[in-house]
Amino acid sequence: MRAPLGRYVVRRLLYALPTLLGVTLAVFLLVRLIPGDPARLIAGLLASDDEVQRLRVELGLDRPMPEQYARFLASVLAGNFGLSAVTRTPVIEEIGIRMRATLTLAVTSTALAVAAGLSAGVLAAAYHNTAVDYAVMMAALGGVSVPVFWLGIMLMLLFAVHLHWVPAGGSGTPAHLILPAVTLAAFSTAIVARMTRGSLLETLNLDFVRTARAKGIGEGAVIIRHALRNALIPVVTVVGLQFGALLGGAVLTETTFAWPGLGRLLVSAITARDYPVIQGIVIVFAAMFVVVNLVTDLLYVAVDPRIRYG
Amino acid sequence: MSPSTRASDTDKGVRSTIPSAGRSAWDRLRRRRTAAAGLVVLGMLLASSLAAPLLMGDPDAVDFAAVLQSPSPAHPLGTDQLGRDLLTRVIYGGRISFLIGALAVLLALAAGIPVGVISGYAGGTVDLLVQRGVDLLLAFPGFLLALTLIAVLGVGVTNVVVSVAVAAIPVYVRLVRGATLVIREQTYIEAARALGAGDRAIILRHVLPNCLTPVIVQSTLQLGAAILTAAGLGFLGLGVRPPTPEWGTMLGEGQTYLLSYWFIATFPGLAIFLVVMAFNLVGDGLRDALDPRAGARG
Repeated sequence: MRAPLGRYVVRRLLYALPTLLGVTLAVFLLVRLIPGDPARLIAGLLASDDEVQRLRVELGLDRPMPEQYARFLASVLAGNFGLSAVTRTPVIEEIGIRMRATLTLAVTSTALAVAAGLSAGVLAAAYHNTAVDYAVMMAALGGVSVPVFWLGIMLMLLFAVHLHWVPAGGSGTPAHLILPAVTLAAFSTAIVARMTRGSLLETLNLDFVRTARAKGIGEGAVIIRHALRNALIPVVTVVGLQFGALLGGAVLTETTFAWPGLGRLLVSAITARDYPVIQGIVIVFAAMFVVVNLVTDLLYVAVDPRIRYG
Repeated sequence: MSPSTRASDTDKGVRSTIPSAGRSAWDRLRRRRTAAAGLVVLGMLLASSLAAPLLMGDPDAVDFAAVLQSPSPAHPLGTDQLGRDLLTRVIYGGRISFLIGALAVLLALAAGIPVGVISGYAGGTVDLLVQRGVDLLLAFPGFLLALTLIAVLGVGVTNVVVSVAVAAIPVYVRLVRGATLVIREQTYIEAARALGAGDRAIILRHVLPNCLTPVIVQSTLQLGAAILTAAGLGFLGLGVRPPTPEWGTMLGEGQTYLLSYWFIATFPGLAIFLVVMAFNLVGDGLRDALDPRAGARG
């Protein structure tokens, strides 16, 4: 089935393109929906009338809309998001500087969520309807309900202000990463734990598991070696979907811990009405999410032999 | 927060496939008890916010003689940097949060249900176009969509409601479209059509009522999610304008004083946590109670 898989990959890639195009169109239209003069908005509040006029011509804002969008798309594809209205530096450079911090946080949190969520989910399923199961499910309920920024503040109070184990905010050392990563991982951990537990309980009822048990294999080996591999398939999807919630949560987590990532830059850009920066970051976030979903879909096919790529 | 519901969907499906009948009955009972607990918490919080003007004084009353006081009998949750009583503000904050949550969910329902039904019922090009639109909205990760809309619309209660609602619309469109696709193929629809019922009558009398159960369950969960999103915007200083007592905004302001005055940020956050958890408990319980078929799927 090598060839059909290749074709599936290509088709799935082509399918992601219109979504990405749509994202750029949506962002383009949104900024033009703002009441007022887009040239003035993009130039920033401090710009003089001459500057605004120059920018209007430079950005082609005096041209018809479709032409404007074509130019916008061309420059975005070339990695040119314009200049920040506040700092006058290219938006792409600012994004580049912050990207690493956000990716470090997001990837660490995802890894944490997968490790902790899988373990908790397996424990809950193995000890179904016992105190262990209830404790995991209660913790998971807490995880999906707690406001991420409040959790961050509470952890900061306890571990940074009172116990002095870790720094309260900022970045630079691995110790700085601990609190933000744990905070951001809470929601995803809960989701992964619920999904793992559910999927594993379902798998444990299937015939092949009964066969394995009938062969006299211990329950631990049945779960780890037989059931878990099959139960993991839906978990893969959920981890991918989670990444979106994680990016949203990153905006709040970064603000809570003064973590110098894209999310915090986005919030300050919104406060300063720095539209070129807002445009750039929103497009980058959406693109990241679309790519992660694409990778998840491909992984899903790789993991699950039952799926036909037709 | 659709991933969470998706996850617990399977969760539930799984639970009732467990062979022993006694076990699953116990499971249901426990569920119902936690749902009841959620309902009680919710009722208390809702009642206290509704009765706030009767119970408490002015939430905006500034008292410079009593700034940043720790919790005491006079101020059970302490006071903030302007000497305002935090208990009063937290209780009044419930009014804003419940209001924003309810309005946002209603708005999302009003837009999402018709679009979802039409998309699922009409099929073809209409369905294709609507679904591409939904894909587009879903390409913006949840909270980020609301944040982007706030960036365009500006802050304030109305804009928070609109932003949170738009972010929730795709959830309803997907849900209702999915339900419609299933209902459309049922034999009773065929029977209604054979009896001469038009599309309009079929949609209003048969399709919509049968979509109701998943919509009610989803809306309960969505209320919690909407309150959480609105509070997040407030925390970033991009939600409801101060001095309106909104939980997220209060929390954001309280963070400045965190090192010496822990209570300012702690209590509003605890309130958000409780409300969202209560909605999640009730939502899960409702699903079990209203939708027995959800269990048969696994």
